[in-house]
Amino acid sequence: MKWDEFFVTGEPMIYGAMVSIVIVSIAIVAGLTYFKKWGYLWREWLTTVDHKKIGIMYIISALIMLFRGGVDGLLMRAQLAVPENGLLDSQHYNEIFTTHGVIMILFMAMPFIIGLMNVVVPLQIGARDVAFPRLNAVSFWLFFAGAMLFNISFVIGGSPDAGWTAYFPLSSIEFSPTVGNNYYSIALQISGLGTLMTGVNFIVTILKMRAPGMTLMRMPMFTWSILVTSVIIVFAFPVLTIALLLMMLDRQFGSQFFTMANGGMDMLWANLFWVWGHPEVYIVILPAFGIFSEVISTFSRKNLYGYKSMVFSMVIISLLSFVVWAHHFYTMGHGAMVNGVFSVTTMAIAIPTGIKIFNWLFTMHKGRIEFTTPMLYALGFIPIFTIGGVTGVMLAMASADYQYHNTMFLVAHFHYVLIPGTVFGVLAGMYYWFPKLFGFRLNDKQGKLAFWIIVISFNVTFLPLFALGLNGMTRRMYTYSAETGFGLLNLIASIGAVGLAIGFAVLVYNIYWSFRYAPRETNGDPWNARTLEWSTPSPIPHYNFARMPEIKERDAFWFAKKSGKSLYTEEYSDIHMPNNSGQPFVLGVIFMIFGFFMVFNWWVGAVIGAIGIFVMMIIRSFERDHGHYIPVKEVVATEQRLRGEQV
Amino acid sequence: MKIDHAVPLEYSTEENKNRIFGFWVFLGAEIVMFSTLFAVYFTLWNRTGNGPTAKEIFEIGPVLIETFLLLTSSFTIGLAINSMRQGLMKATMGFFAVTLLLGLGFLGVEIIEFVTYVNEGATLQTNAFMSSLFTLLGLHGAHVTLGLVWGGGLMLQMKREGFTPDTANKSFIFSLYWHFLDVVWIFIFSFVYLKGLM
Repeated sequence: MKWDEFFVTGEPMIYGAMVSIVIVSIAIVAGLTYFKKWGYLWREWLTTVDHKKIGIMYIISALIMLFRGGVDGLLMRAQLAVPENGLLDSQHYNEIFTTHGVIMILFMAMPFIIGLMNVVVPLQIGARDVAFPRLNAVSFWLFFAGAMLFNISFVIGGSPDAGWTAYFPLSSIEFSPTVGNNYYSIALQISGLGTLMTGVNFIVTILKMRAPGMTLMRMPMFTWSILVTSVIIVFAFPVLTIALLLMMLDRQFGSQFFTMANGGMDMLWANLFWVWGHPEVYIVILPAFGIFSEVISTFSRKNLYGYKSMVFSMVIISLLSFVVWAHHFYTMGHGAMVNGVFSVTTMAIAIPTGIKIFNWLFTMHKGRIEFTTPMLYALGFIPIFTIGGVTGVMLAMASADYQYHNTMFLVAHFHYVLIPGTVFGVLAGMYYWFPKLFGFRLNDKQGKLAFWIIVISFNVTFLPLFALGLNGMTRRMYTYSAETGFGLLNLIASIGAVGLAIGFAVLVYNIYWSFRYAPRETNGDPWNARTLEWSTPSPIPHYNFARMPEIKERDAFWFAKKSGKSLYTEEYSDIHMPNNSGQPFVLGVIFMIFGFFMVFNWWVGAVIGAIGIFVMMIIRSFERDHGHYIPVKEVVATEQRLRGEQV
Repeated sequence: MKIDHAVPLEYSTEENKNRIFGFWVFLGAEIVMFSTLFAVYFTLWNRTGNGPTAKEIFEIGPVLIETFLLLTSSFTIGLAINSMRQGLMKATMGFFAVTLLLGLGFLGVEIIEFVTYVNEGATLQTNAFMSSLFTLLGLHGAHVTLGLVWGGGLMLQMKREGFTPDTANKSFIFSLYWHFLDVVWIFIFSFVYLKGLM
């Protein structure tokens, strides 16, 4: 392989990206050296097993990826703004819409959700950590290794170009001969492993580590949503594992699973992909439902309406999510009977979702609503998501779907579901739980400004796409002629995209400003909230709970505040905590190197990398690390300092 | 570490209980993974293109030997855990060794079988049927291989440290894994080989 094949050449934009990557890397290294922060970075972050810090690292990575994916989105909108635009060529456009989809779903939405669940779930159930803290760190570093591996593809070797669904035969070695789709199969495999471990970890954490008295039906709704999500992860991700494995075998080892000859079957890929891919949609949306439940209940000053029906509807959604996958390809010829069955199961999902929407509305009914930033996101979510849901039912009708399949209508639909659902959800969660992590609130005025810019620009961007789709503009086309008449609506959409970018810039400024100037709070409960995490001091000591709380009802903290009784009746005692470890980070680095060699078919390097992975596993197996105890004196001192209370 | 002496050693701490439960959940994921591969195999098993069909290459002899070796090893790992519960170090190590040797034998026969297929011109690249067959058997074989390394490591640890909550917990989890491989093999035996030979 020659150097000009190794690095992507011939594109001024890519050269610019390469230069900026080098400059940013040098700046980071120089900054860390100048401020002598290497030791701090290693001790406090790279080796941490603390679920809160791991959560923060997930969220930071997700925000960075939001901007990477956002730039991809802006480039697409720039290309489509006017007819016959020559900004991007077709290959470059293909690569951009592929990476936009993959990054936004797998490296932005997923890690943001996983970050929030890492931060919040142990606190909500009264646990000091997740069940397997070390495994949790491994999960993060595998996700990070996969994300970085995927991201370097656009300067080294070329990005995948067959869409985020990577349909065969488009993504086969025959029609996509660059290493781009190798990156797809291998980077997703590595981060997918991390996700699967997270799923296992949180099922065990939630089922086995709840505080005394917290029955399943007393769990906060966010924890419930994470339990359901984790179960979906454990049942859906192995399908992706296999699909990606078969893709790798087909592309790099000459097997015949999805080929057009020798018995291969390209539709098999579509089925496998969506058997995972559809539940994946619910993996990123159910936690957002949980967040909205918490936020709406807190800021309406009422308990959640229809708690049991909320749980029930989530379980039903999770079951239905596994039986609707074929609605992604009605038009690929599987007959009226199959289409009919999948059409019905798809529409059925609207029922439990509708139950949830009405429960939120009834929660607000006669509540004393406080319009904080997280509440605004929750309120904005309901009508916009409903538009997304209704257009979803339109798409679910197989016969009608033949009209708008693969058009911009579909693009508009899923953005109308995923942006209010997932993005508004995680932003609401970020604003809501931020004081728990850092001890101060994000500035509310700036937050609201960002919200209004984002929500208005969002509609300006995606509403025109419904019309464009019904007018016949297909998706994934990189340019169109003036005679089609698509120009004006596309231009409006592109202006909206710029607005979205401005909105997110305001949001970042909001975080920056608040870090520097927002007043610090000593009270652990700035929102006057209801669930257990708010009973701890802010910022939280790394052992979370000095004493185990005793739970007697739902929203126990709220009732404790009202009755003036403390949740904590036990004596203080020594606290057992896990030790930090550098192994998860090292494992992530080795996985990334291994993946890189695999992408380029450099087998010697890959074998050495694989041996490195096994050596790390053996080292771990022979290690005996039983953590350490925090003596009771230190616990009491910390609690006094944080709460100012006499013990 | 709080040790509860009323329960078997492998369950004796909170962490140990969580690990065993977590491994069951992980096995759930493994079941989905193998189910997916079975689904792929059933979809492709008579899509043979110009290549050989199942009936042309399958032979019952080696498969019966493999089945016998693996099923026996599942029995001996059960005996190993039983000896561990009674605190018999020598017996435990012996049954562990027998289990791993049987596993090694299984792997040897499987490799010979693969070589035979390749010599008959049936490789991973031949047709969709062979691709799915090699992948299904290969993934199971890779699990067995990993199990051999894992089990060997555990024997070393038990030799060094004796029966502790750690080593007992790890050995018990290993036995779950090994039984699981056996269950997968029963499905392979019935729905790949017997179905293919009919």
